[in-house]
Amino acid sequence: MGITSRVSLVAAALALGLGAAHAQDKLRIGTEGAYPPFNNLTSDGQLVGFDIDVTRALCEEMKVECEFVTQDWDGIIPALQANRFDAIVASMSITEERLKQVDFSDPYYTNSLVFVAPKSSDLMPDNADGKSIGVQEGTIAAAFAEETYPNADVKGYPSQLEAWADLSNGRLDAVLADFGVQYGWLEEEGKECCEFKGEAVSNDDRIGIAIRKGDTALAERLNAAIAAIRANGKYAEINAKYFPFDIFGE
Amino acid sequence: MEGTAALLAFGPDGWGDELASGVLVTVSLALATLPLGLGAGFAVALAKQSPERSLRMAADIYTTIFRGLPELLTLFLVFYGAQLALQHVVSLVAPGASIEINAFVAGMVALGAVFSAYASEVFLSAFRAIPPGQYEAGDALGLTRWQTMRLVILPQLIRLALPGLSNLWLILVKDTALVSVIGLSDIIRQAGIAARVTREAFLFFGIACLIYLGLAMLSSVAFAWIERRVGRTEPAR
Amino acid sequence: MSEAAIQRPPEPPRGWSRQRIAGHVLMALWIAAGIGLVVYLASAYDPDLFARFAPNYLSGLKVTLSLVGLSALLGALLSVPVAWARTAKNPLLAGPAYGFVYFFRGTPLLAQAFLIYYGMGSFRPQLEALGLWVFFRDAWYCALLAFTLNTAAYQAEILRGAVQSVPLGQWEGGAALGLPRWLILRKIVLPQALIVALRPYGNEIVLMIKGSAIVAIITVLDLMGETRRAYSRTFDFQTYLWAAVIYLAIVETLRNIIDRIERRITAHLKR
Repeated sequence: MGITSRVSLVAAALALGLGAAHAQDKLRIGTEGAYPPFNNLTSDGQLVGFDIDVTRALCEEMKVECEFVTQDWDGIIPALQANRFDAIVASMSITEERLKQVDFSDPYYTNSLVFVAPKSSDLMPDNADGKSIGVQEGTIAAAFAEETYPNADVKGYPSQLEAWADLSNGRLDAVLADFGVQYGWLEEEGKECCEFKGEAVSNDDRIGIAIRKGDTALAERLNAAIAAIRANGKYAEINAKYFPFDIFGE
Repeated sequence: MEGTAALLAFGPDGWGDELASGVLVTVSLALATLPLGLGAGFAVALAKQSPERSLRMAADIYTTIFRGLPELLTLFLVFYGAQLALQHVVSLVAPGASIEINAFVAGMVALGAVFSAYASEVFLSAFRAIPPGQYEAGDALGLTRWQTMRLVILPQLIRLALPGLSNLWLILVKDTALVSVIGLSDIIRQAGIAARVTREAFLFFGIACLIYLGLAMLSSVAFAWIERRVGRTEPAR
Repeated sequence: MSEAAIQRPPEPPRGWSRQRIAGHVLMALWIAAGIGLVVYLASAYDPDLFARFAPNYLSGLKVTLSLVGLSALLGALLSVPVAWARTAKNPLLAGPAYGFVYFFRGTPLLAQAFLIYYGMGSFRPQLEALGLWVFFRDAWYCALLAFTLNTAAYQAEILRGAVQSVPLGQWEGGAALGLPRWLILRKIVLPQALIVALRPYGNEIVLMIKGSAIVAIITVLDLMGETRRAYSRTFDFQTYLWAAVIYLAIVETLRNIIDRIERRITAHLKR
C-alpha cells in the first residue's frame, strides 16, 4: 500500500467520526435550505428564513450555541436518526407516520395546504383531479394529492423550488404546498404568473421541531423555549418580519 | 454576456466560487476513491485466479453484485443502509457512542466498490496476458512469490491494465455526479442550486458539462504522461 | 485406456492453506449476508407495504424497461450515421461527429438529463415558438432524448470499432468479386463485425438499465423513482432492498442471455 492509500485510509477513519455523544452546550439543527421564506440558502451560502430566525431565538432562550446543518429533505429524518444533528427545524408537519420514526416538540406554527396555479388557469380544488399537480416528494402535500386526487398526474420533485420552476415554465397545471411557502413565492417570483386557487384544502396541520425518539430532555427545553418566545414577543417580531398575518394559528 | 459574467463571478454575488468548490469536492472524491478501488480490485483479481474454488466463488459474488446494481442504488444502500447497520452494531457494543458515515465516505465506499468490481476484470485480463514463464523465471531466480509479484509481474501488469483503468477512471469521475443526490456539494449540486436560484438552468448545467469535459481532457493528458513513463521501463529492442 | 484400468494413488489431503481459509471465511460471510437479507425481509414483511407499493414497483419496472428498450433502439438507429461520419474523410462530417461522441461520453448522464430537462425548461417561449414545447414539456420524453443521445454516442463507437476490426482483406475480397461497397458492408463485413460488437453492445444495455435509475431525479417514475417515493413515505429500508433484488435479477438475466447468444454465434470460431 502506497502512502496515498495509507493517507486515505486514515482520512476515512477520521471521517467515520467514531466518538462519544456531543457535548450539551452545542445544538446541531438540521434544515433543508430550499424552502423560502422559511429556510433558504442565499448565494453566499447563508441560511435565512422564518425557521432560521425562530431557531436562533429559541437557542438564545435555551442559552445554547446552535449550529445549522443543511440536509436534503428526502434524507432529513434518517440523518436525524443517524445522529447527524439533534433536531430538525424545517417546517416539518407533525404526522402519524413521522411520529413512528421521531418525536416532535410543541407546534411552532400552523399550516394548511393550498393550490397555486397560473392566473389564466381555471383550476380549482374541486376540478384538480385529472390535472398535473406538482408537489415536493416526501411532504404531506404529496401524500394528500395522491390520496385525494387519484386521477391526477402527481409529480414529485426533490425540492419545492424545482416544483415552482416547472409551474413557471408550464410543465405543471398547479402546485400543491404549504400555505406559508406558497405565500412567500407569490410575493416574490410567482407574483406575475400565478395566484392562489380556491380555499385551503387541508387545514389543522401543525408544524413542529423533530427530535430523536426518546429525547425527552431536549423536547422539554424546546417546549419551554417556544412558550417563552411566544410570551416575550420575540415570536411576534419574527412573524411580522415575514408574514402580515399570524402564522401561529389556533 | 455581462449578466453571465456577473453570475459566474467569484464572490458573494456570483456563483463562480460555489462551482469551484464543487470541482474541488468532485476531484477529491474521485482521487480518494481511486486507491480504495484499485486495491480492492487487485485483491479481487488475485482471488479470482486462486486455485481455491471457494475464494473464486466469493470474488465472483462480489463482482456480480457490484456490477449488477445501479450505482445510484449502491450509493443509497451504503448511505442509508450501512448507517443503519453500523448503528445497530454500535448500540450493541457501545451504547451512547455515535458513528457517522458522512456523505463523502459513503460515496467513497460505494463508488470504490463499483470501481473495484470492474477493475478486477481489467486486472484479470491483464494477468492472463502475462505468460506463466514470468512466474517460473521468478521462482528459478529464488525470488519469493511476493517479490516476483512486486518486481516482475506488477510493472508488466500496470502497462497492460492501463488503458482499461484509464477508462474506468473516466467513468468514476462521471459517477461522482451521483453523490449530489445524497447531499454532497459536488459540481452538479452546486450547479443545481445556482440554476434554481438564478433560473438560468441551461447556463449552469451547460457549464457543469463543460467542467466535466475539462476534467476528462486533463485526465487524458495525465494518462498519456503515465503511459509514457510506464512504457519507458520496456527495454529498447 | 479407460478410467477403470488406471490405478491412481489416492490424492494427498488438502491442507488448510491461507487461501482456503480466506475463501471459506469470505463465503461464510456472503452466506451470512444472504441469510441476513432473507431474514430481514421476512421479518420486516409488511402486507400493507406490499399492497400499497407492489403495483407501483411493477409500473416502475415497466417504465424502466420501456425507456431503456426504446432509447436503445433509437440510439442504435442514430449511431449508424454518427459512426459513418466519424470515419469520413471530410472534416466537416468527422469533426461534429467527434464532438458529439466526446460530449456524450465525457459528461455524466445525470448532467445530460438535467441539461435537457431543466435547461430546456427555461427556454419555454422559444421552444413554443418552434412548436417543440410539447415534447420538452414531458419528463419522459426529455429522459428518452437524453438516453437516446447518450447511447447513440457509445453505440457509434462500438459500431465503429467493430467494423474497423474486420480485416481489410475482407473488403478487398469483396471488391475483387466486383461487389459494391454497401453490399460488401451488408453481406461480408457487418456479420463479422457484429460478432465482435455483441459483448460491448450487451454491456451497453446493462449500463443503460443501471443508468436509468437517475431519471427518478427528473420526476420520471421508473423503478428507482417508485422506490424513492415508497421510502419517502415510510422510511422503511426494505424498499431499497427490494429494488436491489429486482435490478440484480434483471441484470443477471440479461447477462446470461447475452452470454448464451455469444456462445452460439461464435461456435464456428472455436477450435
